[in-house]
Amino acid sequence: MSTQPLIELNNTVKRFGENTVLNGVNLSIFRGEITSIIGKSGVGKSVLLKHIIGLFEPDGGEVLYEGKPLSSMKRAEKKALKRKFSYMFQESALFDFLSVFENIALPLQETTSYPEAEIHRRVRDKMHQLDLHKVDGKYPSQLSGGMKKRVALARALVTDPEIVLFDEPTTGLDPIRKSAVHSMISDYQKRFGFTGIIVSHEIPDIFFISQRVAMIDAGRIVFEGTPEEIQKASDPVVQNFIQGLESPHDDLTGVASQSLGQKRLQQEMSRLQRHEIPFSIVLLSIDNLEDIDRIAGHVACQTMLKNFANHVKQNIYITDTCFRYDMNKILVILPDTNSSQAKLFCEKLSRNMENAAVFETPDFTSGLCYSVRAGIAQAKKDSQLQSLLENAEARQQLFYECRI
Amino acid sequence: MDFLVTLKSPISALGQQTITIIRDLGRIFLFFCEGFVLIFTLPLQISKFKQQIYFIGMKSVFVICLTGAFTGMVLGLQGYYALLRVGSTGYLGAAVAIPLIREMGPVLTAIMVIARGGSAMAAEIGIMRVSEQIDALETMDINPIRFLISPRIAAALVCFPMLTALFDVVGIFGGYLTGSVLLGVNPSLYFSRVESSVNMEDITEGFIKAIVFAVVVVTICCFQGYYTHMRTEFGAKGVSLSTTRAVVFSCVVILIVDYVLTSFLL
Repeated sequence: MSTQPLIELNNTVKRFGENTVLNGVNLSIFRGEITSIIGKSGVGKSVLLKHIIGLFEPDGGEVLYEGKPLSSMKRAEKKALKRKFSYMFQESALFDFLSVFENIALPLQETTSYPEAEIHRRVRDKMHQLDLHKVDGKYPSQLSGGMKKRVALARALVTDPEIVLFDEPTTGLDPIRKSAVHSMISDYQKRFGFTGIIVSHEIPDIFFISQRVAMIDAGRIVFEGTPEEIQKASDPVVQNFIQGLESPHDDLTGVASQSLGQKRLQQEMSRLQRHEIPFSIVLLSIDNLEDIDRIAGHVACQTMLKNFANHVKQNIYITDTCFRYDMNKILVILPDTNSSQAKLFCEKLSRNMENAAVFETPDFTSGLCYSVRAGIAQAKKDSQLQSLLENAEARQQLFYECRI
Repeated sequence: MDFLVTLKSPISALGQQTITIIRDLGRIFLFFCEGFVLIFTLPLQISKFKQQIYFIGMKSVFVICLTGAFTGMVLGLQGYYALLRVGSTGYLGAAVAIPLIREMGPVLTAIMVIARGGSAMAAEIGIMRVSEQIDALETMDINPIRFLISPRIAAALVCFPMLTALFDVVGIFGGYLTGSVLLGVNPSLYFSRVESSVNMEDITEGFIKAIVFAVVVVTICCFQGYYTHMRTEFGAKGVSLSTTRAVVFSCVVILIVDYVLTSFLL
């Protein structure tokens, strides 16, 4: 991580009449990272985003790009900078007089010199990845809210920008498509290394894909740090906000949420320490989720993950808990179980995989390799939770593989 | 003291209003200049220009023919009875054609286009503004004025003179319909009077007016829509206010400009 922030908001103030929306915002955005901006509705998250791209000019303070204030840049410099940006609007802002295809193609047609065939290829590519089939000729008014979001996302990413600003990219989407959008943002970010700034309410999903999180409240940044740090933050404003939004279940998979899972882990740990009741954990991770993503598309990939989680859920006892540990990881807590019993559980899970509906995806494509690794760790009385998890991660080995 | 304040407040309000009007006029002028200059930047936006020609020009043909015909017909009627009093109905062709070409054609064409196309322009651009479509263009580094306004200016500059010419021709035939067919003026006399009385200056004046009106209408209507967000009313109410203002302002300005131009061109 470079020390110089790519974008810096320095004591930025914005007023609309009597109403002060931003009251001295200080924020640093680093190159190649995804920064999420969270906060209650109406606290100025979108206004902050619009300052970064230059749609709004601050009333006080300044916005710096690579250390240089935007206000002091010459016209040509600003123009060159704007080409690096892309913005996905909260209300999609699709051109209602253009069809879906024309909407996505517009930035390429107007700002690049690609031949028509190349523009077609790129647009089709993005439409396929975002599960936008048979809507080329439709107009925005004929689309559902969720579909409009995906068209807007395709339009924002079609130019392969360096910096992408997303204003609530998943609001109004169903859990599978929401996760597909998140995984797509994360996947693209890894592949092309863009810098992403996401305004979102999707907690905790957004923590999986962000490297940094900033929380805005009452016109100021009240927290800035990594997703792990914000989850452990002691500030009551931050905690109340996060806990208020976090549902006890993961939206996509239906398994327990991460915070619920962590609480359960702590309970088991104290049971072990006080009553010496053993417990084991199994960390299951789908190895090649990114490949599946690329071959079968984001929606198919998320459906597979959902099906796999369902399969795990069906194979555990009522006293067991499974929760989403990461984008592609599910952690199972098995109380009253030692490591050899946990191994038996893994074998049962593997055997039953053949009959499971994991591959029932809308975009079933051949050429997929589906492999899951499992790591088992039994907790010891003196072991720390962190080291237990690390143990399970280190011991992961191939547990199931399937080639289609 | 109170008296002084009361005395000063209308004066300061008047001054404030004048400053606002002058500032707005300056902004409208700069808006037009930018839109006009950007017509010629490469690559030329031919397809958008053609779409606007179709929208402003083609789609107005019917209404222009209709209004042109009835204006000509009423001029024929009124002209006939006025000329009858001085016993020179033979001059009906001139009495219909000259006011039609110099005055009625450009003014009524402009007003009809405001009603049909100008209001639509203001509403369309206004909706684009409130639904952040114009902001979206800016974030994509597409100049919204070049993308939205320039093709409309170019199309209006082409369409207005052509629609005015159409209005004139249909109007002259309308005058023939009432004057000759209904009231019995000799048709060949009617058309020969049209031919002999109308000279190139009349036609030039008509076209100059048409071009100036094109600039006025398209600039005011697009400007009102483009700056919808600067109003105190937002959303749908802002757009409706912009549309109303676009129509009322451009009609009033057309009539004022018409007087000024006529006094210079006569």
